[in-house]
Amino acid sequence: MLEVSGIDCFYGDVQVLRGLSLSLKTGEVLCLMGRNGAGKTTALKAIMGLVRARAGRIVLDGVDIGHLPAHEVPRQGIGYVPQGRRLFSELTVRENLLIGQMTRKTGPAALERAVHLFPVLKERMEQRSGTLSGGEQQMLAMARALCLEPKVLLLDEPTEGLMPSMIAAIRQSVIELKRHDVATILVEQRVDAVLPVADRVAFVENGTVRDTLPVEAVRADHGLIDRYVGVGH
Amino acid sequence: MTAAVLALMALGLSLVFGVMRVVNVAHGEFFMLGAVTAWAISHFVPGHPAVGFAAAFVGAPLVVGAVALGAERLVLRRLGHDPEATIVATIGLLFILQQLALTFFGPDARPVQAPFTYRVVFPWFGYSGYKLFVVAAAVALLVGAWFVLTRTKLGLVMRATQFDRETAQAFGIPVDTVYAAVFAVGAMLAAVAAVLIVPIQQAHYLMGLDPLLLSFIVVIIGGLGSLKGTMVAAVVIGLSDGVISVFFTPTLAKILGTLLVALVLVVKPGGLYGTAPR
Ligand SMILES: Nc1ncnc2c1ncn2[C@@H]1O[C@H](COP(=O)(O)OP(=O)(O)OP(=O)(O)O)[C@@H](O)[C@H]1O
Ligand SMILES: [Mg+2]
Repeated sequence: MLEVSGIDCFYGDVQVLRGLSLSLKTGEVLCLMGRNGAGKTTALKAIMGLVRARAGRIVLDGVDIGHLPAHEVPRQGIGYVPQGRRLFSELTVRENLLIGQMTRKTGPAALERAVHLFPVLKERMEQRSGTLSGGEQQMLAMARALCLEPKVLLLDEPTEGLMPSMIAAIRQSVIELKRHDVATILVEQRVDAVLPVADRVAFVENGTVRDTLPVEAVRADHGLIDRYVGVGH
Repeated sequence: MTAAVLALMALGLSLVFGVMRVVNVAHGEFFMLGAVTAWAISHFVPGHPAVGFAAAFVGAPLVVGAVALGAERLVLRRLGHDPEATIVATIGLLFILQQLALTFFGPDARPVQAPFTYRVVFPWFGYSGYKLFVVAAAVALLVGAWFVLTRTKLGLVMRATQFDRETAQAFGIPVDTVYAAVFAVGAMLAAVAAVLIVPIQQAHYLMGLDPLLLSFIVVIIGGLGSLKGTMVAAVVIGLSDGVISVFFTPTLAKILGTLLVALVLVVKPGGLYGTAPR
């Protein structure tokens, strides 16, 4: 359903993505792994139209989204959970969710469903989101993206800095969404967080996808992780 | 300058800075342009002065808003709304608007008749009657602005854009459109302030400088981008500027205002209601 083919992206004159390609099927969880600075975040930003691809194509369900203005991209049904959460920290939890809900005019029921998945948010609806704990903030970032009822969810290191129980909650929600046919691209450094939910793993190196393998193959060969992500993971 | 009108003017400046991070040095010229346009409209609309005033009250902000939209489109957007480049650009805009006004409007101060000067029997009472109307209108507009910013989806969109432009885009907010609208509305607030003030104080091509200075004082003391702070500071500065100007001299009022800015910047760098930069 999502097809990224051969995109080149630059920051100024510095090329960061070099012919990066990946594809995603309905209800599939694709994990992007790679070292710091490999270009994982940039790949997600390119899909969102926040960084323009100078070459290549990005197609979602037959629509060329690579040439849409950035604000039109989420309206096609892509929910984005940025690295570092990027909440509107001066706004309340409810207001953050409302922004997600307004993206595709999904209505209050969508907001209710998103909150239902992360019940901790329910008691904190009027709290300023900047005052939430790290884990709660991550839940809110997820819920905000779910408010637009995405077909595709882009998660950029959602478990960064979280304790194991929170990581489990995030993982659970990805599994739950998969059951509802949401396709997910999950950028992740931690193997233990990835392998239980991923269908395939794409290894990103130097701005391109070197290898895409089914998760079983990755599980069987730990040398792969060492090679692409570095020893110690 | 009446405190309530100053608050309108400062709100425009604060809004533009808050949402776009653009320090609009030409804000005073939008005020001037509003006054000059108000004169032109009321001058050419025949009949009772109230008709001319009403036409100016609607027309002048629209004209100024259109000019601001053009400036945003042709200049600010091309600079990517860069905070430093736009300061220089709006200084340029200041001189352009000033010289255009001098060319087409001339160096003379010109009055606009208050809408109900003729109606009141006692001239002195009539004068303060209009002033009361000015305060009421300005307060109504401020309340309206506060309502839009804090209680509507439009306000939510503006605040989200203010806090994180990129993420706002990732949630379907057309940031460029929001910027253009905010810049136009900021200019229109200055224009409305001018229309209200111009029956009291005549239209003149250099009239933008004083209110610009006062607005900066208000916005800095209130806290950059803070709506509440802007309003509180506007009332304090507007009233004290008026009182000191009447009982002492306008210069002393400006000196004290500037000293107050320095004091606030030392004691509370983010302004009274601002969040200090981290
Ligand atoms: N806004 C920017 N301006 C200039 N260079 C940037 C910018 N953002 C990222 N880069 C550079 O692009 C390269 C890829 O960055 P990116 O954030 O995509 O990596 P990443 O794989 O997500 O890394 P990490 O695992 O640390 O999050 C890096 O070398 C980075 O320094
Ligand atoms: Mg990253």
